[in-house]
Amino acid sequence: MSLTSDPPLAPPDEETERTTPHDGSDLSELTVVPVRHPWRWVAVAVTAVLLAQFLNGLITNPGWEWDVFARFFTTETILKAVWVTLQLTFYGTVLGFALGIVLAFMRLSASPFLRAVAYGYIWAFRSIPLIVQLLFWFNLAYLYKELQFGIPFGPGFLTFDTMNLVGAMSAAVLGLALHQAAYAAEIVRGGVLAVDSGQLEAAAALGIPRLRQLRRVVLPQAMRSILPNAANEIISLFKGTSIVSVMAIGELFYQVQVVYGRNGRVVPLLMVATVWYILLTTVLSVLQHYVERHYAKGAVR
Amino acid sequence: MSTPIDVPAPTEAPVDAPAATEATAPADAPASATDVMVEIRSVHKSFGALEVLRGIDLSVRAGEVTVVLGPSGSGKSTLLRTINHLEKVDQGWISVDGTLVGYRRSGNKLYELREREVLRQRTRIGFVFQNFNLFPHLTVLENIIEAPVAALGRPRKEAVAAAEALLARVGLADKSGAYPKQLSGGQQQRVAIARALALEPKLLLFDEPTSALDPELVGEVLDVIKDLAHQGTTMIVVTHEIGFAREVADTVVFMDQGRIVEQGPPADVLDRPVQERTRAFLSKVL
Ligand SMILES: Nc1ncnc2c1ncn2[C@@H]1O[C@H](COP(=O)(O)OP(=O)(O)O)[C@@H](O)[C@H]1O
Ligand SMILES: [Mg+2]
Repeated sequence: MSLTSDPPLAPPDEETERTTPHDGSDLSELTVVPVRHPWRWVAVAVTAVLLAQFLNGLITNPGWEWDVFARFFTTETILKAVWVTLQLTFYGTVLGFALGIVLAFMRLSASPFLRAVAYGYIWAFRSIPLIVQLLFWFNLAYLYKELQFGIPFGPGFLTFDTMNLVGAMSAAVLGLALHQAAYAAEIVRGGVLAVDSGQLEAAAALGIPRLRQLRRVVLPQAMRSILPNAANEIISLFKGTSIVSVMAIGELFYQVQVVYGRNGRVVPLLMVATVWYILLTTVLSVLQHYVERHYAKGAVR
Repeated sequence: MSTPIDVPAPTEAPVDAPAATEATAPADAPASATDVMVEIRSVHKSFGALEVLRGIDLSVRAGEVTVVLGPSGSGKSTLLRTINHLEKVDQGWISVDGTLVGYRRSGNKLYELREREVLRQRTRIGFVFQNFNLFPHLTVLENIIEAPVAALGRPRKEAVAAAEALLARVGLADKSGAYPKQLSGGQQQRVAIARALALEPKLLLFDEPTSALDPELVGEVLDVIKDLAHQGTTMIVVTHEIGFAREVADTVVFMDQGRIVEQGPPADVLDRPVQERTRAFLSKVL
């Protein structure tokens, strides 16, 4: 324990003298009285009361119609819709980040042409509101065939059929992925730039092949700064899939709207969607925690 | 500004061969009988308008230790980096163990090597950085076996055994499972040396290997380097440790403003420098 202050110049009065560190007693024997924080307790009390009121309202206010909520929460229509939402999120993320990684390395490349193209892409897709872009793709799906051959995606996406759901799904996935790629590119680029240049230099000096340098040395370190941002993006994409409801795709939010359009129970059905979104976001957050821990290897404190 | 050992004006490089100079550039033949490990001929290098190397000529014989001294900014790091082609030279050429660095000669032309071939060349040249540049997400052992496995295709088992022997040699046998950040600076630099040695290089380059260390850790790193020197490893060491230079150097080279001002045995350069600039520098660091 470190003790402060010089000895008092003037002879101290009796009161203080007994408590002065220099009275020869063993200070480590004394009882420590911690500082009290009365206002903190007031804040806690107020918050607790408000929280209790809120929870009470949730339970007792009949407007929530928890019985309706319970009835619909796990019906087949809703479960199917949750599955569609998860699929949109998954494909949007995977394709978005795959393209994003390519764009990031284009922006980091030595070729001014590749840099300009990547920059142009990011500029364009960050400028267009997602909903506008989705409607655009959705309507293009009606024109299409020639166009589709021009899009270098997997065969699954080349089989648009404008009249069935797969066509709309593909358009939605395409829209989400292209939008996501612009943001993913910047996140990945930021992560790569955050890696000390000495790392690549050391890898190059050791003669490690180029791809292996990226995969083994740069990316694992870049992941540390990529992950928190990427998790944000994935979660925001997950909720963003609700925008796809404008394309009449049976994802969670659309399906909930369909149901309350039929039975008029708006609030409990919105609650069904809300709780599903919260649950699945929680799962994603837990996953994020473990993935981040994996990539924190070697980082000391 | 001219000094007695200034090189003759460099010849113009042909348009198609940025690093070419005199017709004396070696063919890709095995090392000649003269046992010269490193040969540097009229090397020039600029960063934009700043000419950092202004005609460097230097020979390093196999098994010898060359210590490079010089004020900050004189081009020491740049020179080391050109030797393993981390920097491309603008003019002149460098050969290591009889092989041109970064280029292949064919007739009157020098062809720039592909990245893969350059990487291959670098596996024969170990480089130790001022800031260690260990891979922080890999353990000490993984740091050391990465290059032998990935660049030379050694079987992992073999690489691990070799790495453990190297760790013992630098006095860190018990640290193979540690992550770099769990080690002191001196230990990290010793790992970095072991990592460079894992490729069994013909030549070791050290760029101020002790400059980032706390004073009490300098000795343990210098001891490892001295050991290597006594075992006949060919090394070029940039350092400000004059005592080290006096003890292990076969040749001391003093650089200033992109030129080699003076070179010779330590007894000459350190104790009886001919050049005024060498004297001025030594009086500051001694
Ligand atoms: N990549 C680079 N781009 C621009 N200037 C550089 C670069 N590397 C080094 N320099 C400059 O070259 C000069 C010599 O640098 P360096 O070789 O590191 O000197 P030393 O190692 O002797 O201190 C310095 O002025 C430095 O700023
Ligand atoms: Mg330097």
